[in-house]
Amino acid sequence: MRQTFFTLLSLCAMAVLSGCGGDMVLFNSKGQIGVEQGNLILIATALMLIVVIPAIFMTFWFVWKYRESNKDNAEYLPDWSHSTKIEIVVWAVPIAIICVLAVITYKASHSLDPYKPLTDEKIASSIKANPNQAVAQQAKQEPITIQVIAEQWKWVFVYPELNIATINQIVFPVNTPVKFEITSNATMNSFFIPELGGQIYAMAGMRTKLHLIADELSDKDGQPGFGPNDGYRGISANYSGYGFAQMRFRAHAVTNEEYAAWVDQVRASGKTLDMATLRSLRDEPKNRPTKPHPVTYFSSVEPGFFQSVMDQYMPTAHGSKANHQSGHAATSSHTPVVEE
Amino acid sequence: MLGKLTLEAIPSDPIVQVTIAGMILGGLLLFAAITYFKKWNYLWTEWFTTVDHKKIGIMYILVSVIMMLRGFADAIMMRLQQAAAVGGGEGYLHPEHYDQIFTAHGVIMIFFVAMGLVVGLMNVVVPLQIGARDVAFPLLNSVSFWMFGISAALVMMSLVLGEFGSTGWLAYPPQSGIQYSPGVGVDYYIWALQISGLGTLLTGVNFFVTIIKMRAPGMKLMDMPIFCWTTLVTVILIIAVFPILTGTLAMLTVDRYLGMHFFTNDAGGSPMLYVNLIWTWGHPEVYILALPAFGAFSEIVATYSRKYLFGYKAMVYATIAIGFLSYVVWVHHFFTMGAGANVNAFFGLMTMIIAIPTGVKIFSWLFTMYKGRIHITVPMLWTMSFLVTFSIGGMTGVLLAIPPADFVVHNSLFLVAHFHNVIIGSVVFGMFAAITYWFPKMFGFTLNEAWGQAAFWLWTFGFYFAFMPLYVLGFMGMTRRLNTFDNPEWDPYVYIALFGAVLIALGILCQLIMAVVSIRDRKKNIDMTGDPWNGRTLEWSTSSPAPFYNFAHLPQSHGVDTFWLAKQDGKLPPRPTHYEDIHMPTNRAAGVVMGGFLFVFGFAMTWHIWWLAIGALAATIITLIVSSFTKKVDYYVPAAEVERIENERYMKMAQVQERG
Repeated sequence: MRQTFFTLLSLCAMAVLSGCGGDMVLFNSKGQIGVEQGNLILIATALMLIVVIPAIFMTFWFVWKYRESNKDNAEYLPDWSHSTKIEIVVWAVPIAIICVLAVITYKASHSLDPYKPLTDEKIASSIKANPNQAVAQQAKQEPITIQVIAEQWKWVFVYPELNIATINQIVFPVNTPVKFEITSNATMNSFFIPELGGQIYAMAGMRTKLHLIADELSDKDGQPGFGPNDGYRGISANYSGYGFAQMRFRAHAVTNEEYAAWVDQVRASGKTLDMATLRSLRDEPKNRPTKPHPVTYFSSVEPGFFQSVMDQYMPTAHGSKANHQSGHAATSSHTPVVEE
Repeated sequence: MLGKLTLEAIPSDPIVQVTIAGMILGGLLLFAAITYFKKWNYLWTEWFTTVDHKKIGIMYILVSVIMMLRGFADAIMMRLQQAAAVGGGEGYLHPEHYDQIFTAHGVIMIFFVAMGLVVGLMNVVVPLQIGARDVAFPLLNSVSFWMFGISAALVMMSLVLGEFGSTGWLAYPPQSGIQYSPGVGVDYYIWALQISGLGTLLTGVNFFVTIIKMRAPGMKLMDMPIFCWTTLVTVILIIAVFPILTGTLAMLTVDRYLGMHFFTNDAGGSPMLYVNLIWTWGHPEVYILALPAFGAFSEIVATYSRKYLFGYKAMVYATIAIGFLSYVVWVHHFFTMGAGANVNAFFGLMTMIIAIPTGVKIFSWLFTMYKGRIHITVPMLWTMSFLVTFSIGGMTGVLLAIPPADFVVHNSLFLVAHFHNVIIGSVVFGMFAAITYWFPKMFGFTLNEAWGQAAFWLWTFGFYFAFMPLYVLGFMGMTRRLNTFDNPEWDPYVYIALFGAVLIALGILCQLIMAVVSIRDRKKNIDMTGDPWNGRTLEWSTSSPAPFYNFAHLPQSHGVDTFWLAKQDGKLPPRPTHYEDIHMPTNRAAGVVMGGFLFVFGFAMTWHIWWLAIGALAATIITLIVSSFTKKVDYYVPAAEVERIENERYMKMAQVQERG
């Protein structure tokens, strides 16, 4: 009776959950990287359910069948505690599943390494996934670079190729690989656009990298310009202090023409981003923002700005300005020197 | 004179002030009641200075239960805040208050609830199961407990004076560094963890020696009850990894106090080093909590199925394998730091391999029930719920171990759901089951079954309602530790999670009622036989509650489940005809006195009151030295006294049998 009750209520819980709706963005990804990561979750879950479902089922079945009050109908073997056959099965089945998962994991770790530039294959898949093929066919496929600086509590974005910068907004052409170079000017944050794919930490004195691509335009209201619901949500996914929840930004995937128009708009702002401006952006710890910092445009950026932000944290003995290359953050590196 | 301590240290938040007023009032009432009933002497001689492992274990459990109420209050405040802050509102808590709450919740639940319950249970059960009179170093055990107790008090103190850390429970720098956390919150964190961590390390040494050296005659390692095996592996983990915690916190301390640069952003420091170090301790810590719970489930499932544990040896090897593997998986906590694909893949694979011995354990429990005769009692219900819940939690854990999958769910509410799924599913349910199961051995009467069942159902459903929505929210891209958010699609799930938390609150209420009702009915629920569940291991061969010397005659072991074997073969040792003097350790005040000084030390260090810190540390060390010159460390219980106690028990047993 109890088991039935339990199962019923569990099913009710599930029904309630699925009835609440909402967009599970990780399984409805708008970026090729995110699509592959979402599929990985589904495949792995399916594999594990091979063991998990029988285990859950056996729990209910055994407790029900061998309950005390059913003793007339069930066998009782108090001294039976070993069976080589069962032992072999309970070791072999999980081992087999983990072997399969291991191969999948090893391959996926490499193919979805966030530091790895997107392959032509991934770009082609992204273009194919775009429902608006007229736009997709115009994709330049030439990667663009966006440098990301986590500031207390806002995101500063620099477009080094265009020498422009923004706060809390990025715009890039759809079906075009975007290479993010990420650092922090304060505490540790994590740069994350859930609808496009995985995240990577932003750490002072470090340059981490992330490669993403948007498969679809992010215009949601069908109107020109950026409405409040347009764009993919961007967040910091690592707690970084009182204003952490306000580190929200929007990432807009647009057509080539829209992109060019937006760049012109940024260039018209007349503001310059330099180290002094960056310092003035800092919220004091007790000054807790209740809204995200307004979107801001900078028509020019101090040369080598991103590197200067990183260099502030370099130990002087290693602070060679020539060392502009970057690589993987060593997991147990004793100094934060970034080397290839 | 008073360092950083000024009147401004008293919190200005009205919510906190009401809590403080309540705490002070409650404390005063308790103090008055103890004085009025003249119980100070009793408390001092019977409890504060005790070196009896059972009483120390009971005190661990009591402190943990109190801390659980605090930790749960934090939890429900977080759920309320998120429900109140839908649509990007501010909710009812300021960010600095909210951030302290989620930090305190994590710290309290791991260090002062889960650890306390696990160590408390080890204290109560292990010496009885191996047929010993006490642990190897009884005074050290008392010192360990008081280090734990006063650290919990330090955390509570942070509510009254100053603040707690607002860094998250592992206090990652640079957020926890002096630049971004200039207040005393992180210092409370450091000293509370440093002192309790040292206490845990001493417990580890103590139980390692106890299990290796003090097993009953005839008890080979491979005959030990499985709970002792899991304890053995756990204490080895403790001995290996708690020094890492001590060292890491020490480096953070000198960064904060002396301006050094181990973990700072600049001058050669590396916060990544801290993250690696804290998780080389932190991951084994997960198994330090989970393994004893696995051990408890093993005992419970065998007892109530009236059957030998299936695959005892496989269970032992699986436990050892999990212990080993837990050292080589720590990077899975930060795949997103930017390590290369090979590094991430290695740690991902190692993590998945843990699923194999864990899966074997699940099937061992299942096949223990198979062809058993299952008595569905409260501990058995918790075990069932554990098997289901933990299977789901294990599955989501393997998902998190796949680096590219982790990139999208890392730090999300999916992660929060996962670790609550495994920790509540195994440790919390396990400890509830274990406390119900061993309660008569501690107190001599059983817990009320009806309220226990009510608590079980509320907790189980509360758990599913509270955490299943968080999995969904994780898939929807909601990250953890948000004090506000502006995505209306998330709102319904946040409300369901709050509903789940309310169910759990009712479950906790039922447990409190269960305690009261059980104490009220203690005469009716008395356990005279010492073996209320038809048990299998040696602790059930002595009376309930176990006498302070545990066994009148030290038992002999003849194999796994030796007590069950003796009952089956009708070979229970007959009622002894003569008794011998029993060698016992005397009660000592050194533990509680050192604990008191260490509390002052931790408080003074937190507030930079140097003279007081130096004085308190010196007093601690002097107490240690003075107490080690004490000659009065042991005594003999005369055979006549043992005989009197045992005869009294047999007489009562006979009376009960006549009536029954």
